Amino acid sequence: MADEPGRNLRSLSLHVPEPKYRPGDTVSFDDMEFPAAGSVARPDIAADPATLRDYPFTLIRVLDPDGQAVGEWNPRLEPDRIRAILRAMMLTRAFDDRMFRAQRQGKTSFYMKCTGEEAIAVSQAMALDRDDMCFPSYRQQGLLIARDWPLIDMMCQIYSNAGDRLKGRQLPIMYSSKEAGFFSISGNLGTQYPQAVGWAMASAAKGDTRIAASWVGEGTTAEGDFHAACTFASVFRAPVVLNIVNNQWAISSFAGFAGGESTTFAARGLGYGIAALRVDGNDALAVYAATEWAAERARSNHGPTLIEHFTYRVEAHSTSDDPSAYRPADEGLHFPLGDPIERLKQHLIAIGEWDDASHEALQAEVTAQVRDAGKEAEKLGTLSGTAFNHGFETSFEDVFAEMPPHLREQMEQSLEERRVAGV
Amino acid sequence: MTRMNMIQAINSAMDVCMERDDGVTVLGEDVGYFGGVFRATAGLQKKYGKNRVFDAPINECGIIGVSIGMAAYGLRPVPEIQFADYIYPGMDQLISEAARLRYRSAGDFTCPITVRSPFGGGIFGGQTHSQSPEGIFTHVSGLKTVIPSNPYDAKGLLIAAIEDPDPVLFFEPKRIYNGPFDGHYDRPVQPWSKHDSSEVPEGYYNVPLGKAAVVRAGEAVTVLCYGTMVHVALGVAQESGVDAEIIDLRTLVPLDIETIAASVEKTGRCVIVHEATRTSGFGAELSAQVQERCFHHLEAPIERVTGWDTPYPHSLEWAYFPGPVRLGQALKRVMKD
Repeated sequence: MADEPGRNLRSLSLHVPEPKYRPGDTVSFDDMEFPAAGSVARPDIAADPATLRDYPFTLIRVLDPDGQAVGEWNPRLEPDRIRAILRAMMLTRAFDDRMFRAQRQGKTSFYMKCTGEEAIAVSQAMALDRDDMCFPSYRQQGLLIARDWPLIDMMCQIYSNAGDRLKGRQLPIMYSSKEAGFFSISGNLGTQYPQAVGWAMASAAKGDTRIAASWVGEGTTAEGDFHAACTFASVFRAPVVLNIVNNQWAISSFAGFAGGESTTFAARGLGYGIAALRVDGNDALAVYAATEWAAERARSNHGPTLIEHFTYRVEAHSTSDDPSAYRPADEGLHFPLGDPIERLKQHLIAIGEWDDASHEALQAEVTAQVRDAGKEAEKLGTLSGTAFNHGFETSFEDVFAEMPPHLREQMEQSLEERRVAGV
Repeated sequence: MTRMNMIQAINSAMDVCMERDDGVTVLGEDVGYFGGVFRATAGLQKKYGKNRVFDAPINECGIIGVSIGMAAYGLRPVPEIQFADYIYPGMDQLISEAARLRYRSAGDFTCPITVRSPFGGGIFGGQTHSQSPEGIFTHVSGLKTVIPSNPYDAKGLLIAAIEDPDPVLFFEPKRIYNGPFDGHYDRPVQPWSKHDSSEVPEGYYNVPLGKAAVVRAGEAVTVLCYGTMVHVALGVAQESGVDAEIIDLRTLVPLDIETIAASVEKTGRCVIVHEATRTSGFGAELSAQVQERCFHHLEAPIERVTGWDTPYPHSLEWAYFPGPVRLGQALKRVMKD
């Protein structure tokens, strides 16, 4: 200990972040302040990032408390387009509900819901072009659903069954579909961020018109890959939309463990000179508008945009998680930005384009669509530890384009094991 | 045919590939205008433009990650990691991403990237410019690892690597960029121009991956080696008079075990040489495979001649380096029985 005469040094202390509420606490988000819908100006898509420095510290909102779409960020979508967003969000939620139950019924090993975050992937898929390339994390199933990718294909992947194009190799929900512009989900966090930047750089280098988009959670902004991606995106002005889904929780670690106590996640863009927006992630029209702005900006060679979507992870991290062990069970109910599906429904009703009966009918329709797809998918098998949906030889394929001799030898051993085991 | 050193041969390989395929893209620290700290990419930016040859930020995670994304787009990136010692920040992108992309997407997305990186010591580079990390990569399924030992092979193997549909680690033994090195650090350096393998075609050819080369035929003992160590082994065989059959592996994964096994079955003895640290090094894998296949032909224990299990020391690098004395003693031991 330093104890020289004349120096009176205080002991240092370490700050270890702690969320405001733990199980049993009374939750209140009254101190969270949000700007009113419509109060944030929409800058020109060519704006110099230096003129956008306030944007990471506000919140772009379009839907007001009465369900009206207001302000410069209102994307002014046709009612049919809004209904399409609503439908895809409801379909995503119905899909989640069924697949969550399937996991609980032992039909698969794992599942992850995106409840409360549907507006983000769905509206973004709608705002991007169909052939723009998405590099998702694990909670953007809404991208595939909004792009009308067959539910049955997703379910077969979740069941690792005979219809699984990925041959049962990947953890459930780690989809891959080049055809849908949906990059193979890794499961390692943040690795897709620099890859998206690389894809966008390639598109720019080749004089293409397509852009890339990627998603991470707020917790993953702590990964080196996030910063690698921001550096490359900034340096090469890559045509990419980099999304941070701030759903407040990374498994049991609240956003403070990724630096959320000190600043916003959108503000990460400032040091890189990247345009950064912060959006009400439960407002489907605000998400659409911000994404449309960022996509136009990228497509016009004005470079990348970082978007923080402020939202809340309503459900557990995954089927392997129990959030009641680390956060109040009712925390989500108090989260002040509401439910994205309910809010968009209220908007459509407010503008005279929807009513409760239509909503109930649509709910029944999407539920039936999911149920029918589920039944078809299950005909092709579900995950089982004792029956095998794929031949043993398939686990040696695709390690390389051509199977080298050592893998061929191991494959033969594996087939012999299967023969001996009689399975 | 023209005389080339290894740098010129490597440069020529990229030039040839860029000419033939406009998806071939070179990126890395200092590779653009300057042409690389070892000059391996000299002239490429001027010839092919900045969209195809460009400097990268000092971020190996980004260099590899961006290359994977470019490959997913349809390009054929050739990233340079300035020294193999700097490759570690890119490990997750290589191991978890590049190596598994084809597998995890069942061929939906692939990753035809070739990561070039100078490796190995003997240049007074200290512990951050001398390492031989090939054994870390040979342990990873989905990666190919290639190491040339001369200009002809360097060009042919690099062309094959760039054309390969899967990710390849291409480690360049920088001690022999300018001339072969027999391990006698106190003798004058020989330039490549006096060596047959510096006769290199100017245009396209390839040396297929997965094929070893018998660089010296012999009857007494099989020496397995790659990179700089090929020349150390050739020198020791000549000086000691031991009739060694010297096999240059050229590709570590996939390994040409047929050529290796045929040789050991003939000679009955095997010495494995690499500059990398010993424990869990690629020599351990070679030793295991030779034992599995050739046990009944072996007349002496398999010997490993390697670097010590220490960081690469700066001033004492020749004490670390597995030179002629270490290899010579090992040859004597295996020939004793």
